[in-house]
Amino acid sequence: MTASVDAERTVTLTVNGVPREATVPVRRLLSDALRHDLGLTGTHVGCEHGVCGACTVLVDGAPVRSCLVLAVQVEGAEVRTVEGLAHDDHQGGQVLHPVQEAFRECHALQCGFCTPGFLMTIAAGLENRDASAELTEEEVEEMVGGNLCRCTGYANIKKAVRHAAAAMKDAE
Amino acid sequence: MKPSAFRYADPRSLEEALEVLSAEGEGAKVLAGGQSLLPLLSMRLAAPATLVDINRVPGLDAVETGEGGVRVGALVRHARLLEDAAAARVQPLLARATANVAHPAIRNRGTTVGSIAHADPSGEMTSVLALTGGSVTVATPAGVETVGWQDLFVGPLETSVHGPAVVTSAFFPALPARSGTAFAEIARRKGDYAVCGAGVVVTLDEDRRVSAARAAYISVGLVPEVHDLTEAVAGQPVDTADWAGAGALARTLVDPDADIHASADYRRLLVGVLTERTLIEAAAEAAGRTAA
Repeated sequence: MTASVDAERTVTLTVNGVPREATVPVRRLLSDALRHDLGLTGTHVGCEHGVCGACTVLVDGAPVRSCLVLAVQVEGAEVRTVEGLAHDDHQGGQVLHPVQEAFRECHALQCGFCTPGFLMTIAAGLENRDASAELTEEEVEEMVGGNLCRCTGYANIKKAVRHAAAAMKDAE
Repeated sequence: MKPSAFRYADPRSLEEALEVLSAEGEGAKVLAGGQSLLPLLSMRLAAPATLVDINRVPGLDAVETGEGGVRVGALVRHARLLEDAAAARVQPLLARATANVAHPAIRNRGTTVGSIAHADPSGEMTSVLALTGGSVTVATPAGVETVGWQDLFVGPLETSVHGPAVVTSAFFPALPARSGTAFAEIARRKGDYAVCGAGVVVTLDEDRRVSAARAAYISVGLVPEVHDLTEAVAGQPVDTADWAGAGALARTLVDPDADIHASADYRRLLVGVLTERTLIEAAAEAAGRTAA
């Protein structure tokens, strides 16, 4: 069998638990597919060459730069975006993810443009570690080191990581 | 900042991949992790006619560790190699260098073999392949061949692999007995491209005297090079060897370029500093692995 060589493809994937489908030119970046084709504009597009981290989403649980992945490459994958962080409180409202709550509490955002990328990176970082283990300064730096913020100076973001980690530890 | 139009195939076997690459000709490019290739496409520094995505090719995602060394498949992500304890035992430079490759989000997607095939002088794994005396396996329609690191790197972003070909794995030989390694980088921001980086291997003899000291650098020179620093420390007891002298020797051997991030002189200075620093660390490890 010879592999088909296409200029356009229909991609089916799961985004925040919802099955979605989009027909896209194969050059479509995942970041643009989420925003333009699926209407999920929470994922922000900054540098578009993998440096700023604003477009970070989770693909099968791991944070990746959505500007450095083609939409056709996530066929069959589970994608989680910032829209998928909060959960329904079943009373008509939503409960923020501990990382979102910590960002609000610690004033870890100003203009908010970079925030979705930070939230996804940190949420994955904290969810994928043993919540009972002491969070080291090195871990915090590793979690935020790949994302650029031009407003806050990072101190409050790092504070929010520790705050969220403590909240997640208490919730265990 | 969008890639120009191309066509895309995601073959389900190596044979299929080579078939598509042959059929599409010169304009075809292999896509693995894409963490270097996609920025090049978005910045329109590259505009391949066809991308052949090997992510769905089975059998390329294994790390095979034996006494002789570590073979890393083309789809092994940096993050996976970083966590491989068996690989780190046989060749500690792998985890040490991989920890310096970009940020977690990049390491989750980028592949070690792709980084080598990309041949960026700022990449870590090219120099590690050189320093360990490694090789890559290249599949072509004519068969499979092994290419040693000396024959692989031609220039910045250029290797000797041409035509319809897929680099299917990289092999990193094991760390020899009575040896230690270290790896360090200077970068403006943790995880950024290094202004300068150094990886070293120190080997002792049975009397704990230095028998070999070698180094390879990151962001220094156009292709990976291994510099033999043994003459500065040969035969000296490990505890009192002249590591500063080895650093000074290293500064005379390298030929760094200047760019917006650093002058050539500053890079040469960093080579000296990092060489001394890493040699001391590697020597301590080698001493720990050598019975007194």
